[in-house]
Parts: sequence; C-alpha cells; structure tokens
Amino acid sequence: MNRLRAWFLAPSWAVMLLLFLAPLAIICAYSFETRGAYGGISLPWTTESYQRLADPIYLAILWRSFWIAGLATLLCLLFGFPLALFISRSAERKNLYLSLVILPFWTSFLVRTYAWMFLLRDTGLINTLLQKLGLIHDPLPLLYNDGAVVLGLVYSYLPFVVLPLYATIERLDPNLLEAAADLGARPLATLTRVVLPLTAPGIRAGAILTFIPCLGAYLTPDLLGGGKSVMIGNLIQNQFTSARDWPFGSAISLALMAIVMALLMLFARRDPEGLV
Amino acid sequence: MSSPQCVLELRDVSKHFSTHRAVDSVSLGIERGEFFSLLGPSGCGKTTTLRLIAGFEEPTSGEIRLNGASIQHLKPYQRNVSTVFQNYALFPHLSVRENVEFGLRRRSENHIGKRVAEVLDLVQLAGKESRLPSEISGGERQRVALARSLVLAPDVLLLDEPLSALDPNLRKQVRAELKNIQRQVGITFLFVTHDQEEALSMSDRLGVMHAGQLQQTGTPEEIYLRPRTRFVASFLGALNWIGDIGVRPEATRISKQPPGAEAPSHPATVAQSTFLGNCVHVEASLVTGQTVVAEVSRLGDNFVAGEQVFIWWQPADELRFE
Repeated sequence: MNRLRAWFLAPSWAVMLLLFLAPLAIICAYSFETRGAYGGISLPWTTESYQRLADPIYLAILWRSFWIAGLATLLCLLFGFPLALFISRSAERKNLYLSLVILPFWTSFLVRTYAWMFLLRDTGLINTLLQKLGLIHDPLPLLYNDGAVVLGLVYSYLPFVVLPLYATIERLDPNLLEAAADLGARPLATLTRVVLPLTAPGIRAGAILTFIPCLGAYLTPDLLGGGKSVMIGNLIQNQFTSARDWPFGSAISLALMAIVMALLMLFARRDPEGLV
Repeated sequence: MSSPQCVLELRDVSKHFSTHRAVDSVSLGIERGEFFSLLGPSGCGKTTTLRLIAGFEEPTSGEIRLNGASIQHLKPYQRNVSTVFQNYALFPHLSVRENVEFGLRRRSENHIGKRVAEVLDLVQLAGKESRLPSEISGGERQRVALARSLVLAPDVLLLDEPLSALDPNLRKQVRAELKNIQRQVGITFLFVTHDQEEALSMSDRLGVMHAGQLQQTGTPEEIYLRPRTRFVASFLGALNWIGDIGVRPEATRISKQPPGAEAPSHPATVAQSTFLGNCVHVEASLVTGQTVVAEVSRLGDNFVAGEQVFIWWQPADELRFE
C-alpha cells in the first residue's frame, strides 16, 4: 500500500522538485553572488544585494506596492461582496451569472489589459465620448497613473474574491437572516452581526487570493501605470532585463516571498481552522 | 370570530405563489394567553400562514391584526411576534447567552443580564451560557431557540414544528415541558405541527388546515369528536367507513353474539387480530367487502381469524358528513 502511495505521489514530487524547489534554490544562490558585467552572475559570494534592499528608494517602492495591492483588495471586497450576495440570491440565473464572472478568463490577460488602455487613453473611448458630449474640453488623465493601476488590478482579481465569497454565502442558512430580522435586527445589524462574521472565512480567502498576486503584479502597473507607477514586480523585472543585476533581482524576489509568507502565518494564527 | 380579547386576528388572508394558492382565504382569531395549534399535513399552508404572521412573506390579500392594528405591511423586525424555527436557526458563532441576548440588544432594552438569567433558568439552561450551539444537545438547542424568543415577551410566539427535529422519546417529554412553560409565562403560543397527537395533547384550541384552507377550529374534544369534514375526521385519527358513516376504532364494538335491540349490527368475519400491548386491534370484513378495525380490551374476548362476529356502535359515536 505504501509503495503504491509513493508511486502515485512521485509525479507530484518530481514537479515540485524540478519546477519549484530547484528554481528557488537557484534564485537563492544568485541572491548571494556578485553581479556579472553583462548580466548573469559571478563570484565572490556576498550579502550586498540584501543590504541594498534597505535603501529608502526600494523601501518606498515596496510600500507603494503594499498600499496599491491593499487598496485593490479592499475595493475587490467592497464590489465583490454585494455581487456574490446577489448571485447567491438569484435562483435559476445563478449559473449564468457565475459563468459571466469567470468569462474574462477565456481571453488573454494581456489583451484585456490593452482593451483598458484603449478605453482610458487620452484619445480613448471614454475621453472622446466626453469631449463629443461637450462635458470636458481637455482629456481627463485616466491612464498612466496609480488610479489606472488600481482599476486594472480590481478588474483582474474581482473573480478571485467573488468565487470564495459566493461559496461561503451559499452555505449561510437563510433561516439565520430571518431569525435575525425576527429578533428585531434591522438589515444593517443583520449584516454586521450575522452575515459578516459567518462569511469571514470567504472574506479572508478572497482577500488573500487577491492581495498576494496584486502585490507581485507587474504587467498591469507596467501597461496601465506607464512606468510612472513602479511596483515591486516591475523592479524585479528591471533587475533581470535593463539593469542586468540578477543578484539584486533575486534578493528582492526572496524578500517579497518572505514577507508574504510572514503575513500568511500571521493570518493563520488568528484563524487556526481557516482556509489558510 | 373577532372578539375584543383576540391578540391576533387573520381576516381573509391569502397567499398565492404564481399559480399555487398556499393560503386560501384564512380567517382566524387567537385569544390572549391561548395555546393554539395549526394542524395539517405537509404542504397544507400552515407554515406559510406562520411566515405571513412573522412577516417573512407578504399576503396577496387580506389583513393581519396584532392587538387590533394591521401589521401585514410591517417588516419582521417591526412586529412584536417571535418565531421558534423548525431547525432552531441559532447563530452558530454566538454562545448560548449571546444568542438569547441578541433580540434584547437589537431593541436596546434594559436589565439584559437579569432577564437572560431568568429565561435561561426557566428553560433549565443555567450553567451552559458560554457554550456554542454546536457544543450542546438537540434538546438544549431547542430550548435556546425558545428562550431567545421568550425573553422578548412577544405578543404571540410562533413555533414552527419545534419538536420535529427531536428524537421520539424526547418529544413526548418536551411536549409537557413546553406546555408548562407556556402556562408559567402566559404568552400566546401559535404552534404549527403535522402531528395530531401533539396538537390534541397541548392545545387549548386548534385549527385544521388542508390545501390552504382552514377547515375547522375548536377545542381538541370538538375537533376529534365532532369533525366537520371527512378530511378533519380522518386526519385526526383512524376511522372506519361503513357506507357514509364514520366510526372511530375505539367506538367500534365487536361481539360474538348480536347486541340485541340497542343498536343495529352488521355481521362480519374476523380477518386478523393484532396484539398492541395496551389493547388489541381486530380487523374484520363486512359482507359488503369493507374492512373495519375495532379496538378492544386485551382483557375481553379473544377473536381469531375466520370467526363470525357482529360489528356495531352507539348512534352517538356516528360521524356524519354532507
């Protein structure tokens, strides 16, 4: 039985070793080496890359990434919760609405981001329309700023909030809402005293599924932020391309991973039975 | 029907769901302090009636009056009635105490601690205040649900089959407890059930519902002994049909000799005899082919299959319907 078990687990172990742990080990090794003249790495071993992380410029980028990801997550929850509630209440249309939520995944992420650029740019659909209507004279600065990045992130990760929220709201006994009203709770009290505490696991799962990829996002800030809005993902990408500083790029990657893991452990500690 | 002491009154209340008439023109008056049961099979509209009173559904037509004032347009949290749900609907994230406090806190009432302690005492849950619903037994959960509503001193307490989730042994015991609590607190109970024994044993009065209509209201004796329709007669207990006349098994007499002039008798053949402990059910076929069941004392005559007997009853025990 144990032999069989080992055989069935072997492919997973192979994938984890070759495609996850090995690259991680390589990145770890790179982060302690010296930058090569034309990219790549060379000796000697050093901790210089990690020392550079403390530079205020990089700390500022890290901080920006945190608040942009945090704001995007918060907005995703604010929009996602009513949407999930609506879907769970819509009887026979449920499956239709759920497929609409998932539908964007059927097209390329890159194409969808470009579509936003066409909508938001100075000569884009929104600005042209507003100008034609005479509501504005000069185009509104919709693209290439933090707002555009947050918008892009919220758009991309909304489904990751809606789906876990929908799952927990579905499990909520409708009688509990009736019982709350019956005992004198107005809708707001029912929401804060009954619905939110009981859907907390879904809220947590959605927040984590959104915050982590937002923190490491690089395509959205690159395209919608237009280089002005640099997040940690862009910084890492730069180190491996134009800056040709692989050791530093590796060090930032590992630092980001360490921070995310620390945050997850903090979450897990607060909710030992949760999804984390 | 509408008397001044009625705490709750339904006037021609109907509830239609698309094509289905869940509640059809129900009129009903419930007196203050009364234990009233709505009895009927599943799907007869009794739970919908309760939900209309609680405010979870709005009636298609008709009026619901609480203490003389129309309430059918009020939200559930604006009505001074409270529901004990069939599955209890306790808040799983709140302790026993927090569940019982829930309504008092929403109404910002005073002396919450004292009132919660009193009601937990009444339902014998003192000492379990800090347990979660998942950490107590089914019977205890039922009492928490009851306490949570009782503590609000509602004008009418609505109970939706609150005993159906309990195991049968516990059910009989809880029946007596519930009736006792109702007498102690003096709150009007509107109790919905499909169990005729429950309704008969606990109620001051009861109403029998069928297909959305209220067929008859009255005391347990009136309903059992003088049912107005065939449905009420057969739903409340077993019934033998001899032509158009209904006779309850316990009123059906069986003897080896004709009874004489006191009542008309019908010759029959014993099909089988079933010993039930406290009594014996004798099943016999009349010459017309109809089967009747007579409930007889185990201390009386023995009847064996194939035996020729006579079936008869007192004219007063006959149930006749139009």
